[in-house]
Amino acid sequence: MNVMNRVLDQYNSKVYKNRKEHMVGVNNNENNNEIAANVRTIPGIISQRGCCYAGCKGVVLGPIKDAFIITHGPIGCAFYSWGTRRHKAKKDEGVANYLQYCFSTDLQEPDIVFGGEKKLKQAIVEAMELFRPSTIMICSTCPVGLIGDDIHAVAKWAEKEYEIKCIAFSCEGYKGVSQSAGHHIANNQLVRYVIGEGDRKITNKFSVNLLGEYNIGGDGWETERLLKRIGYEVVSTFTGNSSMDDLKNSHQANLSLVQCHRSINYIAELIETKYGIPWMKVNFIGVDATIETLRNVARYFGDSELTARTEEVIADELDSIQEDMEYYKSKLKGKSAAIYVGGSRAHHYQFLLNDLGVHTILAGYEFGHREEYEGREVIPFVKPDADSKNIESITVEPDPEKYHVYLSEEDLKRLKEEKLIDYYGGMVKDMKDGTYMVDDLNHYETEEFLKLLKPDIFFSGIKDKYVAQKSGILSKQLHSYDYSGPYSCFRGAVNFARDITMGIYTPAWSYVKSPWKTAPVLSGSLGGEAVC
Amino acid sequence: MLDYTKKEAYERSALRVNPAKTCQPVGAMYAALGVHECMPHSHGSQGCCAFHRMYLTRHFKDPAMASSSSFTEGASVFGGGTNLKTAAKNIFDIYNPKIIAVHTTCLSETIGDDLNALIQGIDIPEGKYMVHTNTPSYKGSHITGFSNMVASFISYLSVSTGKRNGKAALLPGFVNPGDMRELKRIAGIMGINHTMLPDTSGVMDSPMTGTFEMYPKGGTTVEEIIHLGDSSYAFGFGKMASEAPLETLLKKCQVPYKLLGLPIGIGRTDEYIMSLQDYTGNAVPYSLEEERGQLVDILIDIHTYTYNKKVAIFGDPDTVLSLAEFVLEMGMIPKYLVTGTPGEAFEKEAKALFAKFGVKDCRAKASGDLYELHQWIKEEGVDLLIGGTHGKYIARAEDIPFVRAGFPIIDRYIHSYMPLVGYKGGMRLAELISNALMDRQDRDAAEEDFEMVM
Repeated sequence: MNVMNRVLDQYNSKVYKNRKEHMVGVNNNENNNEIAANVRTIPGIISQRGCCYAGCKGVVLGPIKDAFIITHGPIGCAFYSWGTRRHKAKKDEGVANYLQYCFSTDLQEPDIVFGGEKKLKQAIVEAMELFRPSTIMICSTCPVGLIGDDIHAVAKWAEKEYEIKCIAFSCEGYKGVSQSAGHHIANNQLVRYVIGEGDRKITNKFSVNLLGEYNIGGDGWETERLLKRIGYEVVSTFTGNSSMDDLKNSHQANLSLVQCHRSINYIAELIETKYGIPWMKVNFIGVDATIETLRNVARYFGDSELTARTEEVIADELDSIQEDMEYYKSKLKGKSAAIYVGGSRAHHYQFLLNDLGVHTILAGYEFGHREEYEGREVIPFVKPDADSKNIESITVEPDPEKYHVYLSEEDLKRLKEEKLIDYYGGMVKDMKDGTYMVDDLNHYETEEFLKLLKPDIFFSGIKDKYVAQKSGILSKQLHSYDYSGPYSCFRGAVNFARDITMGIYTPAWSYVKSPWKTAPVLSGSLGGEAVC
Repeated sequence: MLDYTKKEAYERSALRVNPAKTCQPVGAMYAALGVHECMPHSHGSQGCCAFHRMYLTRHFKDPAMASSSSFTEGASVFGGGTNLKTAAKNIFDIYNPKIIAVHTTCLSETIGDDLNALIQGIDIPEGKYMVHTNTPSYKGSHITGFSNMVASFISYLSVSTGKRNGKAALLPGFVNPGDMRELKRIAGIMGINHTMLPDTSGVMDSPMTGTFEMYPKGGTTVEEIIHLGDSSYAFGFGKMASEAPLETLLKKCQVPYKLLGLPIGIGRTDEYIMSLQDYTGNAVPYSLEEERGQLVDILIDIHTYTYNKKVAIFGDPDTVLSLAEFVLEMGMIPKYLVTGTPGEAFEKEAKALFAKFGVKDCRAKASGDLYELHQWIKEEGVDLLIGGTHGKYIARAEDIPFVRAGFPIIDRYIHSYMPLVGYKGGMRLAELISNALMDRQDRDAAEEDFEMVM
C-alpha cells in the first residue's frame, strides 16, 4: 500500500472520499496532478486553518501602520490578532503607527441583542478624540453579520462626520472556507477605496510595487534593500511596513511584483486592468530563486544598464554569503523536509531548501487554491461552489486618466506568452516525482505522514509545531519564523540556514531517551532491601 | 512605544484599547485540556479554534489539541446541528477520545444553537461521553469560560451515590500546570486524598519522550469526575474561576466547599494549609513549616529592596488579587490593580485588601484595559509592573521593571512549569521581583555606586 493509501485507509468512507481528493502523489496519478483545494474543511477534522477575519484583518490589513483598525465584535478576535503575526513596521516621520495597539468594540450581550451600530459609532467618536487617525478600518467578526449591523453605513457616516477615510470590511469569520476569503474581501476594498488616490511624484521609471509581502521578521525590508541597491524604486508594499499613502500611490508603478500570490492576486489583476500595470510572480526566498527573480525583473524593464547593475549586485551579494552557505550546506545536505504552510510559502521555501541540499518530500497549503498547486492554467476549470460564490468578485474598468503603459503592446504580448508576466505556475512543476502534495493537511494526516515519511524537518505553524517535536522531529514555524528572520533574499538565506542548522544540531535531541531505558540493570546494594 | 497613549483621563464607553482579557471559549478549551482523553471542541467557525489553539500553544509551548465544527455561511444561517453531528462522528472515529467537551462561540450563541438538544440527538458510542458548556464571547472573559466549562463537567458527569469517599475535590482555577502540581503537592503533604479538576499538569507541560501523545498521561479522568460527586469536601481557588463549579458540585451532589483565594504568598497559602488542617485534623508537617519559614526569611532578607515600592498589577482577577496580597506582604504598595474581566467583586475585594494592609491611594478596576492602566502610570508612576506579556510595551514605554506572571505569557519560556502558588511559588515570585528591582538598581547606578555586594 502506498503512503497516501496508508494514511487514508483509517478514515471512514465519507472522509476518505473527501480527503483523497486533497492528496496527490506528484506525477504519479491519472489526474494530471489535479488536487482539491479551497473547499470546506470537514467538521471535527483538526485543521490548522483559520477564518475570514484572520485573512482580512490579520493578514492583509494588519500590517498597514497608520490604519486604525477597529475590530467590531466581542473581544477575542481583536485580542488574538494583536501583535501576533510579526509584520514589522518602522515609525516614519509624520505617519502614525498603531501596530502596538489593539482596538475593539468589545461587544456585550445587550449589543448583540439590540445591535452594535451605536457602540461602533461611539467607538469611532472616542477614537477620533483620543487618537485622531486619518484612516479608520472596521473589521466585522461573526456575530456582527448575524445581527445585521450596517458597518458600511457607519463608515460612510464617519467619513462625513470627520473628513477621514473610513473603510468597512465585512469579513465575518464564517465566510468562505479559510483565511482566503478574507484576503479577497480586503483586496476588494483596497482597490475600491485606496489604490489610485495618491499623487506622489514618482520619477524613477524602474518603479515597482511589492505585492504580497508582509514584512514578517523583516523580509520586506531585506527585499527592498536589494531592489533599491539595484536601482528600483519600491512605490508600495502590500502591506508590510506600509502606510496608507504608499498604498494610495501604487497605481503609479510600472510593474507589480507578486510574492504571495494567494493573498494578493486580486489586487495584482485589478490594478493591471485599471491602471495598466502588469504583474510578475516573483520569489525572494532562496538564493537561486532570488537571482532568477532579479533577472526576470530586469528583463521586463529591458534596460542594459539596469541589467548590468543587476548582475553586479547579484555577484556582490553572492560573494558575501557564499562561505556561510557552503558551511551550512555541508551540515544540511541530504536532509529531507515536509512543508505545510500558508498559500505560497510551501512553494517558495522549496527553493531555499534546494539551495541547502535539503529535499522536500511533502508540501501543502493551508488556504491555497488549485492555481497555487497546479498553476493559473487551471483557473478556467475551477468550479465555483456555494462558499466561493458568497465572496464578492469585483470588476474594474481602465481609468481614463491614470492608466499608463510601460511596455509596447508587442513586448507585453511577448512577455505574456513567455509567461514572464501575469502568470504563476504553482508548486507542482517544481516538485520531484514521488513527492506528495497535500492540501489542508490536518492533524491526523500530519502525524501519519511524519511517521511514514520520516522527514528531518517539518515546517509548519505554531499549532502543529510541538506535535512534530514531541515525536522527535525538528519543527520550524514558517508563519512566524520562530521569532527569527529575515529569511528573504541573500542575507535571509543565511539566517534561515543558520536557524535550521542549530535546530538539527542542538544537543538536547540526544538526551530524549533516558539512559536507564536502554542500559542493563545492574543489581545494586546501596540502601539495601528497604528501598523499593 | 505606545506614543499615542495620553496621560489625561478620558471616559470611554465603547472603544476598548489594549484589552486585559480575552473571550470565554479559550478558557473553556484550556479547562477541557485538563481532562484526560478529552477532545475540547469549539462549536463555531474554525478561526476561533485556530486562534485559541495558537494562543494556548504560545503560552505553554506544548500542543493544544482541539477540534471545531467548522461553520460556513450555510451553517451560520441554518444552524450548526449537522456540523456538530458530523464533527462528533469524525472525532470519535479518528481521534478516539473518551469524551468530547463542546463549548460554544459567539457565532453559535448568536444563532441560538441549543446544545442540549443537539447533543441528545447525537449517537454517542458506548462508553464515550459528550458534554457542553455555553461560552458566549460577549459575556465575561476567558476566566468565565474556564469556570463554565468546569461547572459543566460537574453538572454533566458528577454523581453522588450518597456515600462520601473521604476525598477532597480541588478546583485549581485558571492557573498553570506548575501551580496545579504545587497545589496537589501541598495537599499530599497534608495527607489528603484528592481529585483535581481540571488538571492540566502532565498535559500542557508534558515531557519530551520522542512520541507524540494525543492524550498525554495527565488530566482528570472521566471516572474521577463522576466520583467527584462523592467527595467529602471541596476546595476551590479564586472566586471568579472556581465559585460557580463549587456551587454546582454543592447543588448537584451536596459536596460542601470552601472557596479560597488563589494561594499566592504567605497569608493565602497559610489559609489553604489551615483549611486542609481543619478538614483532616492532621497537624501541619515540619516540611511545610520549613518552606514557610524559608519564604519569611527571604522576605526579611530582601525587604530593603522591596519596602514601599509601588507596583501595578494586571491580569486575571483571582491572580491579580492574590499577587496584590503577596506584594503587600512584601511591604510593597499595589498602586494599581487592573483586570479586564468584568465583575464588581474584584474592586470590592481589592478595596478590602487595601484596608487590611492600611495602604492608601491605591486604585483597582474591573473591566479595565491596559490603555487606562498606562494612563494611570503616566499620571503617577510605579516602580514595578507585574502581569502577562502585553505589559512589556508599557514597561518599555515608561522604563519600568517588569515581572511576568499570569496569563498569557507568550514571549518567555518555562514559566508554565513553575508555580506562583504555595510557599515555593512565593519564593520564586520573590526572586523574580527582587531580581527585577535589583537589576534596575544595578543598571541605573553610577559607576562609583555600582556595588559588588548587595
